[in-house]
Amino acid sequence: MEPIERKRAQRGPRFRWALNLALLPMALTVVFCYVGTMLWSVRISTTTSRTFPASDFVGLAQYVRLFNSERWLVSMENMVLFGAVFMTLTMLIGFLLAVFIDQKVRGESVLRTIFLYPYAMSFVATGLIWQWTLNPELGLQSALRRMGLTGFTFDWIVTQDKVIYTVAFAAVWQASGLVMALLLAGLRGVDDEIWKAARIDGIPAWRVYLSIVLPMIAPSVATALVLLFLSVVKAYDVVVAMTGGGPGTASEVPAKFILDYLFGRANIGLASAASTVLLLTATAALAPWMYARSRRERRVQRGAA
Amino acid sequence: MKLPSPAALSTALAAVIVLVAPHAAAQNKAEVIHWWTSGGESAAIQEIATAYKNAGGVWVDSAVAGGDAARAQAISRIVGGNPPTAAQFNTSKQYHDVIAEGLLNNVDAVAAKEGWESFLPAPIISSIKVKGHFYAVPVNIHMPAWFWYSKSAFQKAGITAEPKTPDEFFAALDKLKAAGLVPLAFGGQPWQENITFQDWLAQAGGAELYLKFFRDRDAATVASPAFRKVLTDFKRLKSYVDPGSPGRNWNDATSMVITGKAGVQIMGDWAKGEFLAAKQTVGKDFGCFPGFGPKSPYIIAGDVFVFPRTTDPAMIKSQQLLATVMTSPTTQVAFNNKKGSIPIRTDVDTSKMDPCAQLGLTIMKDKSRHLANPDMLITPDVAGALTDVITKYWNNDQSVDDVVKALQAAIKGS
Repeated sequence: MEPIERKRAQRGPRFRWALNLALLPMALTVVFCYVGTMLWSVRISTTTSRTFPASDFVGLAQYVRLFNSERWLVSMENMVLFGAVFMTLTMLIGFLLAVFIDQKVRGESVLRTIFLYPYAMSFVATGLIWQWTLNPELGLQSALRRMGLTGFTFDWIVTQDKVIYTVAFAAVWQASGLVMALLLAGLRGVDDEIWKAARIDGIPAWRVYLSIVLPMIAPSVATALVLLFLSVVKAYDVVVAMTGGGPGTASEVPAKFILDYLFGRANIGLASAASTVLLLTATAALAPWMYARSRRERRVQRGAA
Repeated sequence: MKLPSPAALSTALAAVIVLVAPHAAAQNKAEVIHWWTSGGESAAIQEIATAYKNAGGVWVDSAVAGGDAARAQAISRIVGGNPPTAAQFNTSKQYHDVIAEGLLNNVDAVAAKEGWESFLPAPIISSIKVKGHFYAVPVNIHMPAWFWYSKSAFQKAGITAEPKTPDEFFAALDKLKAAGLVPLAFGGQPWQENITFQDWLAQAGGAELYLKFFRDRDAATVASPAFRKVLTDFKRLKSYVDPGSPGRNWNDATSMVITGKAGVQIMGDWAKGEFLAAKQTVGKDFGCFPGFGPKSPYIIAGDVFVFPRTTDPAMIKSQQLLATVMTSPTTQVAFNNKKGSIPIRTDVDTSKMDPCAQLGLTIMKDKSRHLANPDMLITPDVAGALTDVITKYWNNDQSVDDVVKALQAAIKGS
């Protein structure tokens, strides 16, 4: 142990100097571009800026106006509903697809390509196709009615309280392939020996997946969840392409609210306030989970050392 | 490190020269940002481009699809220091913030030479003249709410005359419904719901009520019985649209009238292009009227071009030339015929204009009927908040009291 420690101490200062220098550009980018612009946005949200930034100070007036805006409240509610449905269904379908592909089926690469294809499409194309498919006059409902099922109704996309779910379905269709690819990579890392041992012990396959395999691929699951969460917060193009905000304002989402007020409505003060609230919401949602993860990692580190 | 070969170096040098050269060359080069990308609109802006080329200029087209996107790009470039020569906006308050920041060149010289103060309608002058200087060149006058109807549909429903009052209009819609047609062709998008409401307020509520709401932003007016009746009647229009209306594009609704499946559409004069493209004639296949009765208000909207601030004398020359070309009588007629709008000046040759446009131009001569578009009276922010309230009212079962409260909050703005 000792000779190695001494060697590391000798290499110490010079090694750290080169390392820090290499990291400096990225650190500056993070401080000025990421953190700096975030702080600037928060500052703008305390002003009455319209098309251009102003330098007055009105405290929380923009936030008061924000939460008095019915459209914002609907947007937040829609983000929660969309997020819940989207993340649950995508994880479920993605996991089932990954398990299915992992069974060493014939034509595996073809199937994998087919399932991953929707992710290669932009959200705009996805939204447009699904809008046409779910339109009662042009799509599924009229086709099935003309085929004979005259009582069939599926007009969720023009119904006030169900339209956000149609947006979620389109997004699930698009993102399931990505989750499948991520979880498949994780599944491929599971040792074959585990399966052999499970077979010897007589454990049913679904139990193996649930109690043994899923904990083993936890990092892949975590990555997939974070990516999906980011998609939920960023959801804009799928809403614009599919419903344009829904009949009335029924499928509004925060990102669309912010962008509408930034550009079309020339009110960057209100948009910045909305962005800040969105940032705080996303942080509040992720923080407990990240804290739990770091505590678990620290415990593992302490246990190993 | 090995130096690049002489061949590579000379190629690179040549490339740099080729890239730099054009900046020195073109005379009267004008880069124009606009959002006229549909077939008819594109043909219209081509008229201005041709006129500019004939006057000795070089036209560089920067079309951006979508009004919001085009305006956002124009403002970004102006602020970023790489402005276009001219950028399109609506005749409104959209560019007043840019003027306040001192980022636009004024066109007082052209305004004085052409005598704009003498013939431009007052609502337009108040939008383009800020603090005594002219900052935008108007190129057309659109009326966002004409009533277009199918002659065959009216015949089938037994409607013999154009409705002269709101009640007659509702009676006509009832007759159309009884005849099995779609009474009102409608597209359920927020902006269409919005202009329908604004037009109903102007036509049925009257110019006074309209101005008290949009110009004076008087919250008490919203709670008045006259305004409440406007709101109720506006919602009553919804019972005359077909269930496929949510999300429909405006031109798809126009085609319902063209094919005779629907009776009436309330839409701006840009719809005329669709009728003409379908080879229909006014008076025979379709009809148009701008409102109820011979003294109905005529809402004035339109497009302008602004000129970003620059001290480059060549660019200033291009801007002046553009402004002169855009407002000349011949360009005005050529451009507006293709666009469906009417020229900004009344001293033009009207023989080539279709009857609806000629009617519009005649009405324009009567100053008492001029009514400013809401965009000229309220900021984009307040306009957006109002759109949200109206579209929610149209799509939901809301009581009139709730809508009144929501409108009062929205019209206050920030």
